[in-house]
Amino acid sequence: MRGTLSDRMGAALLMAPLLLFLVLAYAWPFLGVVKWSFTLPTPGLGQYHALLTDELVQSVFIRTLRIAAIVTIVSVTAAYAITVVWVRGSPVQRVLAEFCILVPFWISVLTRAFGWVALLSNRGLINTWLQSIGFISEPLTLVRNEFGVVVGMSHFLIPFAVFPLASAMRSLDERVLLAARGLGSSRMRTFWTVFVPMTRSGIIGSALIVFVFSLGFFVTPAILGGGRSVMIAELIYLRIFQSPDWGLGAAISVVLVVFVAALMALLFRYVKPKQLV
Amino acid sequence: MQQPGRAAEIKANGIGKSFGSFRALDNLTLDIGRGEFLTLLGPSGSGKTTFLMILAGFVQPSQGKLFSDGVDITNRPAEQRAAGMVFQGYALFPHMSVEQNIAFPLRVRKKSASEIKNRVGEMVERVGLKGHEKKLPAQLSGGQQQRVALARALVFEPGVLLLDEPFSALDKSLRGQMQAEMKRLHQETGTTFVFVTHDQSEALALSSRVAIFNHGKLLQVGRPDEVYDRPANRFVAEFLGEINMLPVKGVRPADNGATGLCEDRAVNMRCKAEAIKGDAILAIRPEDMSIAPEASISENGIAATAVASTYLGAATKLDLTTRQGARVTVSVPNEVAAAALSKGNSVWLTWPAEKGFLLPDGGQ
Repeated sequence: MRGTLSDRMGAALLMAPLLLFLVLAYAWPFLGVVKWSFTLPTPGLGQYHALLTDELVQSVFIRTLRIAAIVTIVSVTAAYAITVVWVRGSPVQRVLAEFCILVPFWISVLTRAFGWVALLSNRGLINTWLQSIGFISEPLTLVRNEFGVVVGMSHFLIPFAVFPLASAMRSLDERVLLAARGLGSSRMRTFWTVFVPMTRSGIIGSALIVFVFSLGFFVTPAILGGGRSVMIAELIYLRIFQSPDWGLGAAISVVLVVFVAALMALLFRYVKPKQLV
Repeated sequence: MQQPGRAAEIKANGIGKSFGSFRALDNLTLDIGRGEFLTLLGPSGSGKTTFLMILAGFVQPSQGKLFSDGVDITNRPAEQRAAGMVFQGYALFPHMSVEQNIAFPLRVRKKSASEIKNRVGEMVERVGLKGHEKKLPAQLSGGQQQRVALARALVFEPGVLLLDEPFSALDKSLRGQMQAEMKRLHQETGTTFVFVTHDQSEALALSSRVAIFNHGKLLQVGRPDEVYDRPANRFVAEFLGEINMLPVKGVRPADNGATGLCEDRAVNMRCKAEAIKGDAILAIRPEDMSIAPEASISENGIAATAVASTYLGAATKLDLTTRQGARVTVSVPNEVAAAALSKGNSVWLTWPAEKGFLLPDGGQ
């Protein structure tokens, strides 16, 4: 622990407004949601029992986990490649990579989702181009399904996956890579047997961040999934706002929060918060 | 384990390296003999590490050629040079156990599992790491990590082992122990060792030859006793240990060497005066000077007054000032120092003619 007692108290004081905000705007209302889950429509564990038996809820849970897993693999892999260029590329490559990482943050998630619709739909850019060069005769179904959801979500999450990876790659001792080459290892072999294993904490951190974010995605799957690839957040929305089944919606929310909290706890066992930025 | 014949012979021919406008290494020509233990010695920024990196293939020279056993390897990438290398800070693979670290160069060379097992086991034993095979580098002490680094660099029987200040992170007693161990490994393997250090005592203790660098230039290369007793210039003389510098006037050749005037007394030197005439610097190591109550006219000697002493245990370091104001340090037996100090007035400093050598006046 660094710093004097007064330093630490000063830091605590500076953080207090944030904590207060989280308690008032988040924790307190969430307790209300927890209460609903046990009381609506009738007091008891009925909603949690329904969760275990309702096939629709279960299929949505499984789909959410599957999409989150695929998005995690796609995003972390793509982010790894971008980060290698960003951290270890030539000066020009670094600037380009940085641009690619930062620009998506300036564009709203809605704009990006509709952008993908424009690209991927039956009469979108990709299908019309593939048809015009005669590569396909019938348009491919690229959107309003899981594929579209995975593309849209990965695109959104890749920049977030970059930061833990960059932090791990930056703290790596360059001499270890030289040592590997000096001992006769090719660049490829050095990359796979030394570089990748040494950035393991970054990979774990990056994967958990993407996975956790994916679980709560709402807008992107709603637009690019076209109602056919409903994920858990959309299901909660439907239960609360469309079929007034507040109790079940609340119970799903509670399960999701507990699951995410458990993942976060796991995340912080492997990586320090400092490594994530 | 290894045939001495496998040790590499390296020739550097006019090697130069610039980083932007900085000249890190200038026109270096040096032959490294088969199986020799060559130390590259110099202050930081002198070019010694740059040369080592060029030998390893991590740095591409701007000029010159590099030959290994007569083959031009100037453009050969590091991974094809098969030079073992021990880095400053060891650069072990943190995610691999001791065993896996040592096995790495053998795996890369696609050796059979049984051969890897045998050779790693042999190497582990040789460097005294038995019982630590499964540990990760972070679980080892500095000295143990050092041994892993040595084992990993030697296990594939490289023609040359390059060592970049390998002992700089170790404390003094451990350093002495590791030096002895490295000397033993050198004898056992017969491999050519090229060792970089800025510690002159380490260089003198370990090497078969020492190459001294400063400002990107190779100043002198020779056996430890050669460079210590007959340094080519003032920088080498001073870098290798404490040395007294006395101005001499009117240097000219004489029987068996040279003669000149030092503090108005005739002094004789065994070295040749061909290169140096007129005014010069006479350099004498502190341990080569003695204190005497008087000096005969045929003997080399100057008068001086003791001003301070430092007790070193086995001997005492005595600081003196000559009549003409030059500062001189000598290393003498403790009781001699005490006597010289208590007298308060003048004593004589004497030295044998063969122990003093001439350096050009004013030059580096």
